[in-house]
Amino acid sequence: MNESEKMIFDANAFDPLPEGSLEQDQIVRKKTSYWGDVWRTFKKNKPAVISLWVMGLMVFFVVFGPMMNEFNYYSNDYSCTNQTPNMVHWFGTDNLGRDLWTRVWEGGRISLLIAIFATLIPEAIGMTIGGISGYIGGKLDMFIMRVIDVLMGIPSLIYMILLMIVLGKGNAMTLVIAISITGWMGSARSTRGLVLQLKTREFVVASETLGASPAWIIAKRLIPNTLGIRVVGITMSMPGVIFYEAFLSYIGLGVTPPSPSWGQLIKSAGEVFRYYPYQFIIPCVCVSITMLCLNLIGDGLRDALDPKLRS
Amino acid sequence: MENNRLLEVKNLVVSFDTFQGVVQAVRGVTWHLNKKETIAIVGESGCGKTVSIQTVIGLNSKANGSVRNGEILLEGKNLLDLSVSEMRKLQGNQLSIIFQDPFTFLNPTMTVGEQIMEPFIQHYHVSKSEAREKAIEILKLISLPQPEENMKRYPHQLSGGMRQRIMVAMALICNPKVLFADEPTTALDVTIQAQIIELMNSLKEKVDTSIVLITHDMGVVANMADRIYVMYAGQIVEHGDSDTVFHNPKHPYTWGLLNSVPRLDKKVADDLYSIPGTPPDLIAPPKGCAFAARCKYAMNICKDCQPPQIHFDENDEVCLSLSGQAAENSHYASCWLNHPECIRRNGPVKREGNADGK
Amino acid sequence: MLKYISKKVLIALATVFVLATATFFLVKLIPGDPFLNDKIPVAVQDKQRAFYGLDKPLPQQYLTYMGNLLKGELGYSIKKTGRTVVDIIAEAFPVSAKLGLTSLVFAELIGLTFGILCAQFRGKFPDYFLMVLAVLGIALPSMVLGPILRLILGVKLRILPVTGWGDWDQMIMPAIVLGLGTIAGNTRSMRASMLAITTQDYIKTARAKGLPPIKVILKHQFKNSLVPIIPNLGVQIASVMMGSFVVESMFLIPGLGRYFVDSITNLDYPLIMGLTVFYGVFLVTMNLLVDVLYGLIDPRIRVK
Repeated sequence: MNESEKMIFDANAFDPLPEGSLEQDQIVRKKTSYWGDVWRTFKKNKPAVISLWVMGLMVFFVVFGPMMNEFNYYSNDYSCTNQTPNMVHWFGTDNLGRDLWTRVWEGGRISLLIAIFATLIPEAIGMTIGGISGYIGGKLDMFIMRVIDVLMGIPSLIYMILLMIVLGKGNAMTLVIAISITGWMGSARSTRGLVLQLKTREFVVASETLGASPAWIIAKRLIPNTLGIRVVGITMSMPGVIFYEAFLSYIGLGVTPPSPSWGQLIKSAGEVFRYYPYQFIIPCVCVSITMLCLNLIGDGLRDALDPKLRS
Repeated sequence: MENNRLLEVKNLVVSFDTFQGVVQAVRGVTWHLNKKETIAIVGESGCGKTVSIQTVIGLNSKANGSVRNGEILLEGKNLLDLSVSEMRKLQGNQLSIIFQDPFTFLNPTMTVGEQIMEPFIQHYHVSKSEAREKAIEILKLISLPQPEENMKRYPHQLSGGMRQRIMVAMALICNPKVLFADEPTTALDVTIQAQIIELMNSLKEKVDTSIVLITHDMGVVANMADRIYVMYAGQIVEHGDSDTVFHNPKHPYTWGLLNSVPRLDKKVADDLYSIPGTPPDLIAPPKGCAFAARCKYAMNICKDCQPPQIHFDENDEVCLSLSGQAAENSHYASCWLNHPECIRRNGPVKREGNADGK
Repeated sequence: MLKYISKKVLIALATVFVLATATFFLVKLIPGDPFLNDKIPVAVQDKQRAFYGLDKPLPQQYLTYMGNLLKGELGYSIKKTGRTVVDIIAEAFPVSAKLGLTSLVFAELIGLTFGILCAQFRGKFPDYFLMVLAVLGIALPSMVLGPILRLILGVKLRILPVTGWGDWDQMIMPAIVLGLGTIAGNTRSMRASMLAITTQDYIKTARAKGLPPIKVILKHQFKNSLVPIIPNLGVQIASVMMGSFVVESMFLIPGLGRYFVDSITNLDYPLIMGLTVFYGVFLVTMNLLVDVLYGLIDPRIRVK
């Protein structure tokens, strides 16, 4: 007070400021887009970032690994059966003398392809059904939800096995179909829940007032806005699918030999685990690392996409 | 005078670390509360009023929020020196709070009775049946119908007004010295708002509690507060008795707040007034007056220099020589318009809008 | 509450009906014939088919099957001659159930505790340590974990029997293999759920009451955190109690899990249908119980 009293003021200090000379809504914070924000949070999650790199490496080997040496996955060579890993056969050979390096990555191709399709197809089915159910609502929604309630009560693993037998076992396609038929309900439920929340939001109502068709609104407004959360769902269900593939191969319903898959390799090596542990451990490590990485990536994405957990 | 002082906050500075920078939520705030008094801290959302009282009762997370400076004195004892467990003995006991939204601030899976009894059992170490008696007593005091039956209900089974009464009961059960009310009526219907205000006013007489009311609604303040602190961008910009602030406000921001209360005596043709613009981002608060960018009276000096606190005496004259106690209780505003030099050059400021002083 | 439960019961009944019907027709679609055998005269084969009612037209077979189902009769097994499906279930189910239940109780207790600890120590050492364990638990499928445990604990260290059923120590390894996934899953979901509850307003209320952290966690956070966990419980209970094919065939346990796969590969129609319906009824019952439990934990559900 006393200080300001003593202050010497400029001649124009108390002249009014011209209109608009001070920026009203100054934007001080860095502008961040939604996905930019997600990426920034994701990057801070070390395990998730490392997993992303490891997964990238895995995909690289799965794609190029089988081409790195001169062997193929199906030729038997009885002169060199059950060799431990060496300079010629980097991962050793199995009881028929087949090169395990090639078989492991070839098996990875099949396992990962199954994982991708058997995750995306049921996801697409679920999102469509859930989106329609949630958006249209009313009796249709009631009906679809009751159907889902009923289907959720059906033991899925048994049905997968039954479907595999009926559709013809030993084929990657039937595996994908069986997993798709039994696995779309969760995603449908989740999408419907999200759509119900979104439906009343302003940007959807605005499109409606402008006369957009329901199909357009579902496809352009609702589905894109549920994608974030469903992406987490997708990464989280992929490890499950890899497990299903391994399980079905384990009980003899997976892909037929000589085509390898990780489940197939684990099954056949499990029988000779005590004598040739490397044959068992290598595909196991592949499966475990893949499941581990996908889970950690999923965790990272979930944390990044959940605004409440964002710092 | 001194022993009448219950709670005193001196030069409190609170900031939060975020990835975008340090948010200076509270920037040197000083206020006090006397015994048996109700004060109101008024301001827009985000002005730091909630942060400052949550700091007083020790609810800010230690993780990223921190008190950079200041003192919080409860009957002369600095709360910032207390350990977490010592502080916990005061929370819900001597310092209690009513939160804004009775829909989300009650535990959905616990009967309201249990929730009311909880602080009493915690702080007074009594049996459940004793706590239940006390709870029923409190519920009768706040005139909740059928207290026994309602205590067995869950929050979702009660109406909004009833839930807010439950929050009040929960806050009062330990006979707190200070009751903080953080926007206690914002989430309620207008008719229920009036009930809750009436209830809180009646409580002032029934229980020996001082109240710190936080709100952005001048209507609520008029009905409850003895003194008013107007807060803007983490600072107190005006303070005074309720009557003085309502009838003779000195800060353009207070004018804006008062003008934005809908009034029945105004002509229909008048638009509802709102203060243009948004508060400044507290990551980088402006160098000069924080309100300058939204103020239609802004002058050159406002841009560069923080306005000093300018006090007024009973006759509404600018009073330069106040200090200490007298200064704290007097009406003051932080605005260059009231500076003697400004008045000398430009003449007294005229408040536009409904300057009828009512 | 009554309305809520009766709705759930109706859905449960519909589920069982759909399941029974779908299984019946799916089984009929399986290619192959269990009685086709060059060494047995065709007349005998026909007699066998007639015994199992397979010579009748399909709609009639279906009606007979559904009728028997209502009476609780599941028919005779084709491969295990002379034994009824009910017999087989009565013999094998207790074994799987005992193992599964033991495993599940431990898995739930450990998983929930770990989850709470993780949330409490978020971003600190215990959180990282337990989360690594949890993620490893999820990343190690039973066909990988089983042989490794058997080699280490059974063959190398010789502290646990490698296979068999009957003694308590024979249960330890299979229970671990069976339960690890559940532990891992529960740790993760409990952690997420606890963290989501931490930011809820009513937790702030609880803290403002001056409650010590332990009371805030146990009285306010825990129960609310269980709300999103509970719905999965039904499927979890059913899947472990029905026995796992992998675990049971690996540790030579005479449980129900192996029959599920064997019956299908053997084209043992009555057994497939019986087991599937049994599983379905059990799952639906468990889901019903869980729904009731859900209603008790979250009072908001009861009014919906």
